[in-house]
Amino acid sequence: MIDLSINCAGIRSPNPFWLASAPPSNSAYQVCKAFEQGWGGAVWKTIGEPVMNTVNRYGAIDYNGQKIIGLNNIELISDRPIEVNLKEITETKKLWPDRAVIASLMVESKRDVWHDIVKRTIDTGCDGIELNYGCPHGMSERGMGSAVGQVPEYCAMITEWVTEVSTIPVLVKLTPNIGDIRFPARAAKKGKAHGISLINTINTIMGIDLDTLELKPSVDGKGGHGGYAGPAVKPIALNMVSQVAIDPEVNLPISGIGGISTWRDAAEFILLGASSVQVCTAVMHYGFRIINDLVEGLSNWMEEKRLQTIEDFRGKSLRCITDFGNLNLLYKTVAEIDEAKCIQCNLCYIACEDGAHQCIDIIPHNGKNQPKIRQPDCVGCALCFLVCPVDNCISMVRKDDGSEAITWNELMRQLPQPLTWESLRQFQKKHGIEIH
Amino acid sequence: MNNLAPKLTSEQYENNFTEIHPAFNQNQATVEANRCLYCFDSPCMKACPTHIDISTFIKKIATGNIKGSAKTILESNWIALTCAKACPVDVLCEGACVYNERGEKPIEIGRLQRYAIDWYFEHGMPSLFTPTPKNGKSVGVIGAGPAGLACAAELALLGYDVTIYEGKDLPGGLDTMGIAPYKMSYMDSLKEVKLVESFGVKIKTRVWVGTTITLAETAQMHDAIFLSIGLGNSPDLNIPGEHLEGVCDALEFIENVTTRNWNSVDVGKRVAVIGAGNTAIDAATEAKRLGAEQVMIIYRRSEEEMPAYEFEYDLAKRDGIVFHFLTAPSRIIGNGQVEGLECVKMKLGMPDVKGRRTSHSIPNSEFRIPVDMVIKSIGQKPAESFLSQISNLKFERGKIWVNTETMQTSHPKYFAGGDCINGGKEVVNAAADGKRAAHGIDEYLFSRK
Ligand SMILES: Cc1cc2nc3c(=O)[nH]c(=O)nc-3n(C[C@H](O)[C@H](O)[C@H](O)COP(=O)(O)OP(=O)(O)OC[C@H]3O[C@@H](n4cnc5c(N)ncnc54)[C@H](O)[C@@H]3O)c2cc1C
Ligand SMILES: Cc1cc2nc3c(=O)[nH]c(=O)nc-3n(C[C@H](O)[C@H](O)[C@H](O)COP(=O)(O)O)c2cc1C
Ligand code: SF4
Ligand code: SF4
Repeated sequence: MIDLSINCAGIRSPNPFWLASAPPSNSAYQVCKAFEQGWGGAVWKTIGEPVMNTVNRYGAIDYNGQKIIGLNNIELISDRPIEVNLKEITETKKLWPDRAVIASLMVESKRDVWHDIVKRTIDTGCDGIELNYGCPHGMSERGMGSAVGQVPEYCAMITEWVTEVSTIPVLVKLTPNIGDIRFPARAAKKGKAHGISLINTINTIMGIDLDTLELKPSVDGKGGHGGYAGPAVKPIALNMVSQVAIDPEVNLPISGIGGISTWRDAAEFILLGASSVQVCTAVMHYGFRIINDLVEGLSNWMEEKRLQTIEDFRGKSLRCITDFGNLNLLYKTVAEIDEAKCIQCNLCYIACEDGAHQCIDIIPHNGKNQPKIRQPDCVGCALCFLVCPVDNCISMVRKDDGSEAITWNELMRQLPQPLTWESLRQFQKKHGIEIH
Repeated sequence: MNNLAPKLTSEQYENNFTEIHPAFNQNQATVEANRCLYCFDSPCMKACPTHIDISTFIKKIATGNIKGSAKTILESNWIALTCAKACPVDVLCEGACVYNERGEKPIEIGRLQRYAIDWYFEHGMPSLFTPTPKNGKSVGVIGAGPAGLACAAELALLGYDVTIYEGKDLPGGLDTMGIAPYKMSYMDSLKEVKLVESFGVKIKTRVWVGTTITLAETAQMHDAIFLSIGLGNSPDLNIPGEHLEGVCDALEFIENVTTRNWNSVDVGKRVAVIGAGNTAIDAATEAKRLGAEQVMIIYRRSEEEMPAYEFEYDLAKRDGIVFHFLTAPSRIIGNGQVEGLECVKMKLGMPDVKGRRTSHSIPNSEFRIPVDMVIKSIGQKPAESFLSQISNLKFERGKIWVNTETMQTSHPKYFAGGDCINGGKEVVNAAADGKRAAHGIDEYLFSRK
């Protein structure tokens, strides 16, 4: 029997799928509907200071006929009063004792204000608190959101104000709009947070209307950067999650967020250490119903891989993450084209010819122009493999020369220092590595 | 038969009967699945008689959860493989796809459905459903076509002990014995039979209820009976020459073709098919693909009244079938063997009660067409004498009357579905009826107790 239940920093839920703090978790109506359909938890839309939104607040990028591969917003925190939200959180938790209900908070940077809101939040009976240090627009101009998340000292200080009065787990939600994500994570740890949520949205300008020359979206002719989310941000989020996960100075449970639309995405976040995952844009696009495939797809995959619990694979891929200096320089692959599958689009040819290392020829064959790899020249960069539109037509086949693995760091210990091009060339020659 | 068409090589046969809608490979399926908009409350789902949650099953193909996709499909339709390959999708799900509204090609729902269900069978039918514990009641199902199989599968999962009685050697009904081999192989149908059997359903083949065992005996053994007997052969043409050698019934002819021993099916060089329904088209295209040189369809009304679907008509035209509209057979000519067909020209009159225009023969318009084989396909008739054994069974326009919510007939112990109640529709209607009847039976047996 597959068990999807999780415990993220002391917050338990029957499956790892939580609604991220955003429009889908704006009200009791929505959160209860999501729970009915099977969501494991919800981080309530951030509550706090009085705000007022502009009317149009979203912009999207479509790509090759697919709508919303990225979604940008200038929405603020909840525009409903604190009292209303706290009351609805209380009611929701009462109705759904087995689901994780987490309140997301953002108030003025004053100790007593934080103490007050934290106490009132705990009274709702919710399972945890998430501190929104991420909102990159509007709130940051008022000294909140990413204005906190971008300064580790503030981050530590406010977290401490919260944890010193909180009796329930506290997650700190980080902004990705920072040079090194580990610093605010470490600061949260210093402030005694119980876990880290990441990422919030990324600063972006979605585009310009080429007729009006105004930004998209345009609020009566004006605009500015918004926060970017959706499928396009997933690789950025995965990297940040992994950085926090492997940092020995952080060592806290993680709730992974950013571009999760399918069970596959979720599995990847969990493999990089996340205990729970949060979803916003995919729900905004398709509705709560996606939970059916998220849960079923993940369970089916786990069954196929003979995994019984989330813990059985959580963080399993972190062991692969290392620095460039530790990668095997003698790991060699070359491209191979399956001529039976090739449709002669010759995209591989032009990619290699103009964008890589000129190792593909076009050979006329049976009245067709057939691309052919000159394998001795192939550097194995895999660009052709990436551009090929036919499944399993180009493959990268392993062609090591049989020598033992050697990394850059090891090589530097072997070769005379300071390193010269000459000594590096000799090493390459010895292993038949031709650079052209 | 006169003038047998020469037999083809086995390669030619295979070629002529290859599937017209081949399987998607993984890449194609993923691309097509991602093209689906994942509509909410989608029109495609409403247009499918079994109401498969189409957008969900397609979404699952897109994410690579193929097992989940198969589950979504089977939850609504136990005959999903046959349906995927044989449903007239143009007038059902695909015809309702929102892409049509945008003036673009609809999603290939049938082929995606096949992709998921092929996966399911190729992976050894992993268990997806947990049956409820046995409830001690037993249901007899007469006829192992799609209606009977769907009803049996659903009942078995609801905890019933189910036995299907099937007169033929092979179960599957017309899915096994009727559907054109270029749409699917009868072996696909047998896979579905295996799935139904895996739920504990017992299938007794070569048992004709009414002949091998009596209906009364059968009824006595069970708490309820589901009638899924389909329809019988074509009625007689009632014209001279009907009993010459070379005259045959479309279903008998087709049955021989579906079992794929093409070499052993004789076909004349010149073939006339009487009638222009979907079955007539199948018979005509199959005769052509078996090697007949000239195949023609004889139909007494015009192109407009023709009951065959547009895509079936197109298929026939592409196969080079010649259509004689406003033409009715008056006599089959021959001396022991068919030599020709005498026909009269027809003209259309006023619409009849069903709204279809009547046809009348034009005096002295007789003409002769030389043919070697005549295939009768003027609709199927219900098994009236068999059904007359059930007391109080009410009929409506020659079909068994049922309560369309529960599929219960006017005799409370008997339920019915499929061709025998609708006069001959599609596999998917039979599959929907069977499932609905199972719930009707369940309600009846448990509210009664
Ligand atoms: C030539 C042809 C081609 C078709 N092609 C298509 C197609 O491409 N797509 C599509 O969707 N539909 C097609 N159809 C229609 C489809 O096959 C039927 O609508 C469907 O099979 C009806 O299912 P059923 O279960 O009601 O009856 P059937 O499939 O007819 O099954 C009835 C079964 O009951 C058995 N039976 C009858 N009486 C008794 C008895 N007394 N005792 C025991 N067993 C008995 C019969 O032997 C038979 O196996 C086609 C039909 C024909 C005739
Ligand atoms: C319209 C919108 C409003 C959001 N509002 C909040 C918010 O109030 N508080 C918060 O912590 N994050 C907010 N977010 C960020 C999301 O919670 C999430 O971190 C981000 O969207 C990335 O996840 P996704 O790719 O699944 O959308 C918002 C995102 C969007 C798109
Ligand atoms: S069962 Fe037939 S009508 Fe229904 S979705 Fe599948 S192919 Fe379409
Ligand atoms: S109507 Fe078409 S696009 Fe919409 S869900 Fe159905 S198949 Fe997909």
